[in-house]
Amino acid sequence: MNTWYFLIQQTMFFSIPLLIVALGGMFSERSGIVNIALEGIMILGAFSGILFINVMQTMHVGIHPQILILLACLIAAAVGVIVSMAHAYAAINMKADQVISGTAINMFAPAFAIFVARIIRGVQQIPFSNTFRIKSVPVLGDIPVIGPMFFRNTYITTFLGFVILILSSLVLYKTSFGLRMRACGEHPQAADSVGINVYKMRYAGVAISGALAGIGGLVFVVPTSTNFNASVAGYGFLALAVLIFGQWRPNRILFAAFFFGLMKTIASAYSGIPFLANLGIPNDIYKMIPYIATLIVLAFTSKNSMAPRAEGIPYDKGSR
Amino acid sequence: MKKTQPHTRLTEKPGFSNFMASLLAILCGLLVGFIVLLVANPQKAFWGLSAILTGGLSNMKNIGQVLYGATPIILTGLSVGFANKTGLFNIGASGQFIVGAYAAILVGVKCSFIPGPLLWIVCLLAAMAAGGLWGVVPGILKALCNVNEVIACIMMNYIGMYAVNFLVQLTVFDSLKNQSMAVAAHANAPKLGMDQIFRTGAASSSVNAGILVAVLAGVFVYFLIEKTKFGYELKACGLNRDAAKYAGINEKRSIVLSMVISGALAGLGGACLYLAGAGKSIEVLDVLAAEGFEGISVSLLGLNHPLGIILSGLLVAYLNQGGFNMQVYGFAPQIIDIIISVVIYFAAFSLLLRGLVQRMAKRKAAQTAQPNANAQTEEGGGAE
Repeated sequence: MNTWYFLIQQTMFFSIPLLIVALGGMFSERSGIVNIALEGIMILGAFSGILFINVMQTMHVGIHPQILILLACLIAAAVGVIVSMAHAYAAINMKADQVISGTAINMFAPAFAIFVARIIRGVQQIPFSNTFRIKSVPVLGDIPVIGPMFFRNTYITTFLGFVILILSSLVLYKTSFGLRMRACGEHPQAADSVGINVYKMRYAGVAISGALAGIGGLVFVVPTSTNFNASVAGYGFLALAVLIFGQWRPNRILFAAFFFGLMKTIASAYSGIPFLANLGIPNDIYKMIPYIATLIVLAFTSKNSMAPRAEGIPYDKGSR
Repeated sequence: MKKTQPHTRLTEKPGFSNFMASLLAILCGLLVGFIVLLVANPQKAFWGLSAILTGGLSNMKNIGQVLYGATPIILTGLSVGFANKTGLFNIGASGQFIVGAYAAILVGVKCSFIPGPLLWIVCLLAAMAAGGLWGVVPGILKALCNVNEVIACIMMNYIGMYAVNFLVQLTVFDSLKNQSMAVAAHANAPKLGMDQIFRTGAASSSVNAGILVAVLAGVFVYFLIEKTKFGYELKACGLNRDAAKYAGINEKRSIVLSMVISGALAGLGGACLYLAGAGKSIEVLDVLAAEGFEGISVSLLGLNHPLGIILSGLLVAYLNQGGFNMQVYGFAPQIIDIIISVVIYFAAFSLLLRGLVQRMAKRKAAQTAQPNANAQTEEGGGAE
């Protein structure tokens, strides 16, 4: 049973950032803008958030750790929005190829993070002490079975992830804003003809994706490390994969993120699982499992892609 | 896209405005880089910039290093660019690159009985086969199961990285250095006397026949795409898959073959980086090969055209060399990545810049009273 709890807790650490970032990507792509810059935005979000935590901790500001991490999330989100605006400007106003500006941001982000860190600190790593772990949530942590699975050894960011999931689902399907945004991703000309400002909606989509990717970067780094080294280990690209795997739908993205997170957990923690440890399969083979499993699942489920139809096509008013 | 045109002057050709637009983007990138340097350290900023600008040409050895550095990224750039021309986004060049490198090293270590430079050629072929194999998986998944090639390529990157780590440790492992063994001396690319030309005193550069392979690959891609029926079919599939199918093209076969060729080019890049006698080996680390992603940048800067890709590969390698030299002044070499990313970002505006250049050219033409700038200037999208 302990193994099981451990697996679930670990899965959360891998899945939640994927979930948050993929949901961000969903907003951007449902509004019609491919956001391949997720990786770069994650890096800059994590960079600013961790830098903030580092400064607060070294100055010994007396602030509750949970509030500190939420503040850091806000900063990461703000930075994410700013960076994503660069992408939005190129993709929407300049009608640029959306892969190009995304690639540029992905290249810019780690270089900038390292460059600034070296100016400020002399080295490229930014350390922080992890005071954010919640040993057990009061009351909820004592519930049998469910308590140890979800409410012990966790982070406030895990719950933040679920809040974001519910909010995203509501915004996308239950508000007129969401309906308009989806229209802009499917058929912007039609949306425009009924008075929706396509540019504005697309800016909104990219901004949301920037905010969520920024948060996701921070959420990824905090539980898995004690310093930030200008990298989020390719999670932005994996989130892109989760987004496609999840067919641009919140519920399926949740499933995809957890599927991938579970596979990743098995790959990294198999030595703690007696049955798998006894098989004697080399480490590197285990590490391949999440990626191979995803490919196999995709091969069987991709027949009908539900990608937003106008995705990646710059909107030009004149080309109705 | 451009059809028969009457005689046009140089400044009105789309190639010219493309070139000018790229040049503008590069200037913007250098300007931003200079500003960053100024903010970081105002006293040394100027020296830093001049090191970036002149580093690659400062002596013969550095020129050779630029050529060597350009080789793998030209090849991954060609890989990405070729796939782009056929409507596929090959973000998997990184995985194809590393399995190609592994195949080359495996052959280079284990088959040292093959005589002379023949071994080198066998290594290159093995690398192309391995890279092609890594490309064929996303190709087949896309053609038969409709799996998005971007996600399949990302997965194949990681599978390739872990597979190579595993196989290196299993077959050609130098456990002292935690990396792959050195290949047999004659598996390395022949120097063709280039080490005699590109050297400074006793220090010779790592340039070798690989750069010629890269250029030849560029020529091959150009002819394949522009001058053959097969290339035409691939391009048609990229422009409109359904229309191509309707016209009688086997679009599934085209997708698979295009990914195979693209993968083979990236694999070739892997072989050229490691078979240089420069002391480079595959390190067993959980890090994706950066050359694959640099290939995306190179290809985008080169507007997916083989000639453009060769030039932009040289440019990126040149800037990297300059960044290496610039470290003397205490700047982090990451400034180069910042500059290149800004250049790419502004290259995304190329449509706008191109329009600007064309308008200026048009005005000049109008002044000399030659009203033959016509529909073609409207057609800014054709990047041929």
